[in-house]
Amino acid sequence: MSSRDELLKAVAENQPMNFPLPEIEFLDSECIYLAETFINVLTSIGGAVVLIENLMEIETYILEKFKKSDRIVTTIPAIKWMAELIPATSIPPHALSNVDFAIIDTHCAVAENGAVWVTEKGIVNRALPFICQHLAVVVNARDIVSNMHSAYNLIGTDDYGYGTFISGPSKTADIEQSLVLGAHGPRSMTIFLIM
Amino acid sequence: MIAPDKDHAALANEFNKDEQRVDWHDETLWWVRQKRDNAVKKLPEWEELREAGSQIKNNVLGNLNYYLQQFETNAKANGVHVHWALDAKEHNEIVLDLLLSKGINKIVKSKSMLTEECNLNDYLLDNGVNVIDSDLGEFIVQLANEHPSHIVLPCIHKKKEEIGELFHQHLGTPSGNSDPIFLTETARQHLRETFLARKAALTGVNFAVAETGEFVVCTNEGNADMGAHLADIHIASMGIEKIIPERKHLGVFLRLLTRSATGQPITTYSSHFKKPRSGASIHIIIVDNGRSKQLGREDFRNSLKCIRCGACMNTCPVYRRSGGHSYHSAIAGPIGSILAPNLDMEKHADLPFASTLCGSCTNVCPVKIDIHDQLYKWRQVIVKNGHAPLAKNAALSVMTKILSSPVLYKVAGKLGRLTMKWVPLVVNNRFNPWYKQRELPEVPKNSFGEWYKKNRNHESKDK
Ligand code: SF4
Repeated sequence: MSSRDELLKAVAENQPMNFPLPEIEFLDSECIYLAETFINVLTSIGGAVVLIENLMEIETYILEKFKKSDRIVTTIPAIKWMAELIPATSIPPHALSNVDFAIIDTHCAVAENGAVWVTEKGIVNRALPFICQHLAVVVNARDIVSNMHSAYNLIGTDDYGYGTFISGPSKTADIEQSLVLGAHGPRSMTIFLIM
Repeated sequence: MIAPDKDHAALANEFNKDEQRVDWHDETLWWVRQKRDNAVKKLPEWEELREAGSQIKNNVLGNLNYYLQQFETNAKANGVHVHWALDAKEHNEIVLDLLLSKGINKIVKSKSMLTEECNLNDYLLDNGVNVIDSDLGEFIVQLANEHPSHIVLPCIHKKKEEIGELFHQHLGTPSGNSDPIFLTETARQHLRETFLARKAALTGVNFAVAETGEFVVCTNEGNADMGAHLADIHIASMGIEKIIPERKHLGVFLRLLTRSATGQPITTYSSHFKKPRSGASIHIIIVDNGRSKQLGREDFRNSLKCIRCGACMNTCPVYRRSGGHSYHSAIAGPIGSILAPNLDMEKHADLPFASTLCGSCTNVCPVKIDIHDQLYKWRQVIVKNGHAPLAKNAALSVMTKILSSPVLYKVAGKLGRLTMKWVPLVVNNRFNPWYKQRELPEVPKNSFGEWYKKNRNHESKDK
């Protein structure tokens, strides 16, 4: 018998009686002020929020924070005149290792934990939101849902190859529980929130 | 695996020699526990959420055979390779074969308690494969040639000065610099080179979704993703109990996991791997290693609901004051003490006794595992099988004799009270582990039996 069959047989012999799945009814708890909650939670975990009215304003931010020599990339065609557009054709992830600032967008953000949901479609390259030194995500205030149940409701049966919730900059507290931002991923995470 | 010749009590004793460190360890973990409490209080639906998590896991245990096959079918349809391993040895061999078949002798790992359980690092090293752990805490314990002492906070037992010294020795940082920001930056730069150079990455699995064939890996550092997205081959090791039925159930578990672990509302990254990226491959290894046996133990199968949040350790008064290494097992603390005896009852016979049965673990567990009840039940199984730890064994065999004879019971009680009153040294000595860090209560003049007899006599006289 193969290990697979042997394992499955042992499980079948030992598993208890069926137990019904619960109904999950946590959709939209009383979170009315979605944008406020999102901003509060995200800033409390080390993220930054910049309120904007249109995408043009991102350029001001770039000019203020970055040098000419910094490599700034985006996956949003509408702002390709202010940042290098990452082509949809697959490029090796290693080619992104010197990215200083990456700007991506999302169609779902979660108020209760300050997370944004991004999939391969939106980030083009899976490595991009991790390998860049600083990350920014454009979020439309109307795309903020209250909690994770609403988020999965929205994600539904989407057939992504890869997707991730990102909530703040990469961080660690492994040395004596002192929080340090910028572990292996981005050192900062900024949300451009379109109100 | 760590000092196997010593039991929990002896190892805890060693840890307790440095009182200041013990106090610090204790307070740090309690602080993490308080962060958990604060996060939990913010969710009015917390108890319902725990109940939902518990029920989903009960459903998983009852249908595990079906869900495993459903997961396999869907993962394969997604282009992911699925392997099955009956035990640690088979798991390690599969990893090695995969690497050798691609001519790879270097691998970068993110946190996986399963590979700790399987002793994968040592196995790969013996076979000429270089392994680097990329989670900062695991990287540190690897430099120190130790094992993680906590499933979520691997180097919680280490002071920053010790970490600074390790970095000085291994990475050439200036001696005496133990600033966490500086040390983290050093590790970041060092490991970035590793991520860029390694062709194989191994990660653990937090949740595997039967319905879609995808699996989810949670980290704060981003190290699992850095490894997986830069490597040609991504190996993901999972125990059979990591399965959950549907994608929407992730909503429940991702809300429970990190709030329970560290008080964060969610980990920085919760990455869903469904298909390999073009030009790369994903291999999942589904491991039993004693889990199906635990599934068959009615009293202990609930331990397989564990989502490895570490809350039961942070809250445990024994863990906090004895340190993770005193459990001499890959997974320490209350849950580790239930899981370990399943694998080797004799070797881990001491662990279910390393508890006060105060029940705090059960109260915080996000999937409602009856942890302290199971510890109590293991004690009975262990004693029945003749594996009771030596000191406890002697005490227990005396107890059995006394409890089964009413006369002896009365005499022993009287003697005990007299002993405590007149010769407390006999009780309060180093041979009596129960006296450690404990003040004995004042001795009652009468036993309950004597008191009852006296008072009942009064009563009957009154009537
Ligand atoms: S037993 Fe419960 S509290 Fe302990 S690690 Fe597992 S899920 Fe967390």
